[in-house]
Amino acid sequence: MKILICIKQVPDMESRFKLNDAGTWYSDQDLAWRMNEYDEFAVEQAIQLREQLGEAEVVVLSVGSDRVKETMKKALAMGADRGVHIQDDTSYEKDPFQIASVIAAYAGDQNFDVIFTGMQSQDRGSAQVGVLLAGLLGMPAVTTIVGFEYDDGKATVRRELEGGLKAVVKLASPALFTCQLGLNTPRYPTLPNIMKAKRKELVSLPMADLLKVEALTTTAATQFPEKKGGGMILEGDVGELTEQLVAILKDKTTVLK
Amino acid sequence: MKTLLIAESRQGKLLPGSYEPLDFANKIGAEAAMFLVGSESDLPHFDGSLYFAEESEVGEYNPEEHLRLILEVVDKEKPQLIVLSHSSYGWDLAPRIALALQVGQISEVVGYQDGAMVVPACNSKLQRVVQAQGEVTVVTLQSGAFGLDDEPAGTPTVEKLSVQADSKFEFHGYEEAEEGGVDLTKAEIIVSAGRGIGKPENLAIVEALAKVLGGEYGASRPVVDSDWAEHSRQVGSTGQTVAPKLYIACGISGAIQHLAGMKKSEFIVAINTDRDAPIGEVADVLVVADLKQFLPALTARLEG
Ligand SMILES: Cc1cc2nc3c(=O)[nH]c(=O)nc-3n(C[C@H](O)[C@H](O)[C@H](O)COP(=O)(O)OP(=O)(O)OC[C@H]3O[C@@H](n4cnc5c(N)ncnc54)[C@H](O)[C@@H]3O)c2cc1C
Ligand SMILES: Cc1cc2nc3c(=O)[nH]c(=O)nc-3n(C[C@H](O)[C@H](O)[C@H](O)COP(=O)(O)OP(=O)(O)OC[C@H]3O[C@@H](n4cnc5c(N)ncnc54)[C@H](O)[C@@H]3O)c2cc1C
Repeated sequence: MKILICIKQVPDMESRFKLNDAGTWYSDQDLAWRMNEYDEFAVEQAIQLREQLGEAEVVVLSVGSDRVKETMKKALAMGADRGVHIQDDTSYEKDPFQIASVIAAYAGDQNFDVIFTGMQSQDRGSAQVGVLLAGLLGMPAVTTIVGFEYDDGKATVRRELEGGLKAVVKLASPALFTCQLGLNTPRYPTLPNIMKAKRKELVSLPMADLLKVEALTTTAATQFPEKKGGGMILEGDVGELTEQLVAILKDKTTVLK
Repeated sequence: MKTLLIAESRQGKLLPGSYEPLDFANKIGAEAAMFLVGSESDLPHFDGSLYFAEESEVGEYNPEEHLRLILEVVDKEKPQLIVLSHSSYGWDLAPRIALALQVGQISEVVGYQDGAMVVPACNSKLQRVVQAQGEVTVVTLQSGAFGLDDEPAGTPTVEKLSVQADSKFEFHGYEEAEEGGVDLTKAEIIVSAGRGIGKPENLAIVEALAKVLGGEYGASRPVVDSDWAEHSRQVGSTGQTVAPKLYIACGISGAIQHLAGMKKSEFIVAINTDRDAPIGEVADVLVVADLKQFLPALTARLEG
C-alpha cells in the first residue's frame, strides 16, 4: 500500500499581514509559518492507516519554496516515511489547477492507493486542489471527511454536511479524501521522532519539469477588506477595561441590571 | 451573460441557500437557468428553465452522476458562469465541473469588482480580486454573501433529466448530530470559548463568567473537536445558530463559519489579543486583552 499526503505551508493566521510590492498577495517577510491546519489531519490519518495495515509507505509532498521543507519535516517527524518537495520560489501565483497538475505529473506513475489532502488551505481556501488532483489521476474523491475506516480495500468515510449531519459513504481504493477539522487528533512529534526525521529522505524536484499547464485564474490584486463593522475597540489596563465594558453593557444592553 | 445556477436539496427538501445564486445572477444582471437534483414536491420558485433530476434516483452522494447531468445541461445552455453555493455540496462538485470543462473556478465569492470576483483570504483578513481566464467560469458563493430578502415567486419550466444509476460510491445513510445536551438557542446570554483559551482548564473562567451573567457557555469548533466541550455547545455553520441578547466571544478569531452561527446576536463583545482579528467586523465592542487576565477580572467585578 502506498499513501500520499499533500501539505501546504501557510502563515500563522494571527499574523499582521502586509501586502507584497506588486499588491498581489501578502508579503512573506516577518511571518511565522506552519502546516495548514486541515493537512495535519491528513498526515495523522495516513499514519494511522499505516499503523493499522502494518506495511505501507507514507509519502508527504509539498509544492513551494525551500521554506516549505521546514513544514515537511514536521510531517516526517509525525511519522511520514519520506518527502517529495516540488521546488520553485519564483512565483506564488500558481492557481489550484496548476498545483494539482504538478502534483498529478509527479504522482501519475507512482500508483498511490490512498491520497489524503486537506479540504482547503487556511490562506487561500479554494478547496479545489484535492478534487482536481483526483480527477487528473482518474480516481474518485470524497470531500470533507470527518471519519475514516479502512478494511479489505474499501474505505468507509463520514462526509460532513451542514448543521451536524453526516453522510456515510463507502468506496474502493484507489481513492482520494479531503480532510476536515476534527477527523482525528493529530499527534505532536516527539523529540526522538524529530531527530529521526532528520535522517529521512526529502528530495526536491524542480517545478519546471512538472508544470505543463497555464493558469485558469489569476489574482489581479490583493487588498484589505473595507471595514464595515465600526465597533468600538477598547485597549489598556485590565482594571480600566472591565469598568469600561461594564458601563457599556449597562448602557447598551438590557441584560445587566 | 448567461448563468447556470445549481440549486440544492437534501432529504427531499430544497435548501434555502439555493436562492443565493439567483440573487447573484440578478445583481450582475445575468440571465439564469437552474439545475436541481431534488424532489418534485419542493421545487424552487423562479420564472425560467429548471433542469431537474429526481433525488431518489441519483442518491445522496453520487458526485459523478451530478457532474454528468450538469455537463449535459451546460452543453444545451452554454452558460458563461456556473454558480454554486460554497457548501458541502458546492465545494465538492464545483472543481469536478471546472476540470471536466477545463475552465477556472473561483471559490467563496463575496462580491464582484470591475468584472472580477472578490474572494476572502487568510480568515477574511485579506481579500483577493480574481480574474478567470476563459469563456466559462465556475464560481462558488460564500454562504450568506448573497441572498434574496423574500422568497421569490414564479414557476419554473421543468425539463426532466434521465438518470444513470451506477456509482463508485455506496451511500450507507445519514448520521444525525447527537441529541441532547444544552439548547443554546434558548439562552439570552452566551459566553463562548475559542481556541484562544489555550488549554481545557481555562474553560472554567469562561464558564464562571457565563454563570455570573446568568447565561450559558458556548464554544467554537476546535474546542469541541478537542473534546473540551460537547457538540451541543458548538456555535456555527456545523453547530448551533444563536441570536442571544448578549454574545461574548473569548479567544475566537471570527472565521466565517463561526460568524454564521452568531452574527445575528443583539450585542456582541469580543475578547482577543489580536486587534485585527476578523471577529472585530461583527463585534460591537472588541476588548484587546488576554482572556486569562480579563475574564476573571470581569467576573469578579460583576460578582462584587
Ligand atoms: C512555485 C510555487 C510557490 C508557491 N509559494 C507560495 C507562497 O509563498 N505562499 C502561498 O500561500 N502559496 C504558495 N504557493 C501555493 C499556491 O499559491 C496555492 O497553494 C495554490 O494556488 C492552491 O490553492 P489553495 O491554497 O487555495 O488550495 P486548496 O485547494 O484550498 O487546498 C486544498 C488542499 O490541497 C493541498 N495543497 C494546496 N496547495 C498545496 C501545495 N502548494 N503543495 C501541496 N499540497 C497543496 C493541501 O492538502 C490543501 O489542504 C506556491 C505555489 C507554487 C507552485
Ligand atoms: C465546513 C466548515 C465548517 C465549520 N464549522 C464551524 C462551526 O460550526 N463553528 C466554528 O466555530 N468553526 C467552524 N469551522 C472552523 C472555522 O473555520 C475556524 O477554524 C474556527 O472557528 C476557529 O476557531 P477559533 O476562533 O476558536 O480558533 P482560532 O481561529 O485559532 O482563533 C483563536 C483566537 O484566539 C485569540 N487568542 C489567542 N490567545 C488569546 C488569549 N490569551 N486571550 C485572548 N485571545 C486569544 C487569537 O488571537 C485568535 O483570534 C468550520 C470550518 C469549515 C471548513
